[in-house]
Amino acid sequence: MNESITIKKLKKFFSDSIIEITDNKHNDTIIVKKENIFEILKFLKDDKELDYNVLMDITVIDYLKYPIKKQERFEVVYILYSLNKFHRVIIKTPVSLKEPYIDSVTSLWKSADWAEREAYDMYGIKFNNHPNLKRILNHHEFVGHPLRKDYPIKKRQELSLNDSLMDEMDKKLIQKGLK
Amino acid sequence: MAHTKVEPKELEKDFYKELHTELLFINLGPSHPASHGTLRTFCALDGETIKAAVTEIGYLHRGFEKTVEHKTYNQAIPYTDRLNYVSSIMNNVGFAKAVEKMLGIQITDRCIFIRVILSELMRIIDHLVCIAANLVDIGALTNFWYLYNQRELVYTILEKLTGARLTNSFTRIGGLYRDLYDGFEDDLKYALKQIEKATIDVTKLIRKNRIFLDRTQNICIVTKEQAISYGFTGPCLRASGVEYDIRKVHPYYYYDQFDFDIPVGEKGDVYDRIFVRFEEIYQSIKLIRQYMKNLPGGSINVDDKRVTLPDKSQTYNNIEGLINHFKLIFEGVKVDPGEIYDCTEAANGELGFFIVSDGSGYPYKVKVRPPCFYIFSSFADIIEEHMIADAIACLGSLNIIAGELDR
Repeated sequence: MNESITIKKLKKFFSDSIIEITDNKHNDTIIVKKENIFEILKFLKDDKELDYNVLMDITVIDYLKYPIKKQERFEVVYILYSLNKFHRVIIKTPVSLKEPYIDSVTSLWKSADWAEREAYDMYGIKFNNHPNLKRILNHHEFVGHPLRKDYPIKKRQELSLNDSLMDEMDKKLIQKGLK
Repeated sequence: MAHTKVEPKELEKDFYKELHTELLFINLGPSHPASHGTLRTFCALDGETIKAAVTEIGYLHRGFEKTVEHKTYNQAIPYTDRLNYVSSIMNNVGFAKAVEKMLGIQITDRCIFIRVILSELMRIIDHLVCIAANLVDIGALTNFWYLYNQRELVYTILEKLTGARLTNSFTRIGGLYRDLYDGFEDDLKYALKQIEKATIDVTKLIRKNRIFLDRTQNICIVTKEQAISYGFTGPCLRASGVEYDIRKVHPYYYYDQFDFDIPVGEKGDVYDRIFVRFEEIYQSIKLIRQYMKNLPGGSINVDDKRVTLPDKSQTYNNIEGLINHFKLIFEGVKVDPGEIYDCTEAANGELGFFIVSDGSGYPYKVKVRPPCFYIFSSFADIIEEHMIADAIACLGSLNIIAGELDR
């Protein structure tokens, strides 16, 4: 099998962290342990030969009702792309329901900010060190995480109060020395 | 002249320093004629200058991803229409392409060509809408009529072809809803000619217009590094000087066999974003003409009973055909367990679909990567230290479509 440079390099430097390299004919897909996720993604971004400079998307898969048994309930999926080398990789990492915590990568890519907020909003995965981890698409009074498989599709909630956004604004004003 | 000339801007700065203005907090949106959909920007103003801004989205969130998990793959296509509702067929194509790749089927050449022609037509009207609305926002109303009239021509074609103007739902997994009608080529040729003319007219009106240049040049610059870090794709990324277009880099649907160029901007200001779109309109026209010229004959649907509905004569007169039809409608197209990330170059940038299948006819999970989501995440940062009117101009040039932003 022809291994891409990404897989070769990850095998070389992070062999302990790799759980599985899935045989996916469409994209390189690598499942890694969540403890080292920040280091791995930082390596993928900073390495000259790999140069994954864009974080295209972050999403989560909830395996609660999946026919094939998985090790943990959730898998956080990072889709990375390199605008210089023109290659794409998918990094996945299992996260359990009991400890839905994972390190944030907002310091590496700015796009991670909203992507992680969405993952938190929809699946309840909490990103450590995220500067502003609050709901993004759902209302701030919303209870639960709608894309989890145990959230009923027809459930309704009454939501009323607007978000003043003053919490975010205050942070920005202090940061800019205006307050 | 002996005396030193003081720049008026310098004077202004000192003047405001004396004033000690208090910050004024104001909401721009969510319902605001210039906010292009329900987007809320909360600004702290000093005079007319935005000192700090935060954005809130989600006003148009309808739960696309949750809904689609409870629909078959073909039933999901009308929902994809509502993502970027200005260029709905591009979303249909993006979703169908991802599912077809998962199924491992090769769609017919005629289907590919028609999909590309319609997608490029959609790209043109998406850009027309974006430019026209942007120009209205900065006070150039005349251009709006020039461009929107031509958009109407395209909608007339689409109405004839698909039966709908805005939400076309034209693709099916493995093919299309129907073949082109008689006279499509003539309608298309006429529309393209008119679009070309209107685009040239509008560029003539604005290219040397002092007000337009002052309002757009050096306004809300997004540097290359910023654009990459925020995950920009499409015209907005290219305006910042990165030559990345999926149609060129990872060609699909024979894009590598036809001749077209990728326009790239220099600075990444509002002006660049508008002119990259203008140039892309010409390139799309060029592409459509080439594809139309080489349009092959044959079937538009793939000949595979697992995917394509049987002919109506088979359904009504033949028990196998009836069962085939029934199974495909009720159980849907069955996709082997697995997952895929597949993307197409939509009008706003990389439209990605991350699909997980559990082997049934219903997707286990669908995640859309809408280009707008990541572009809009930068908005609060790039409008800071600019005037409100500039923020409006910037918003128009980013082309945020609330339908795909909030899903």
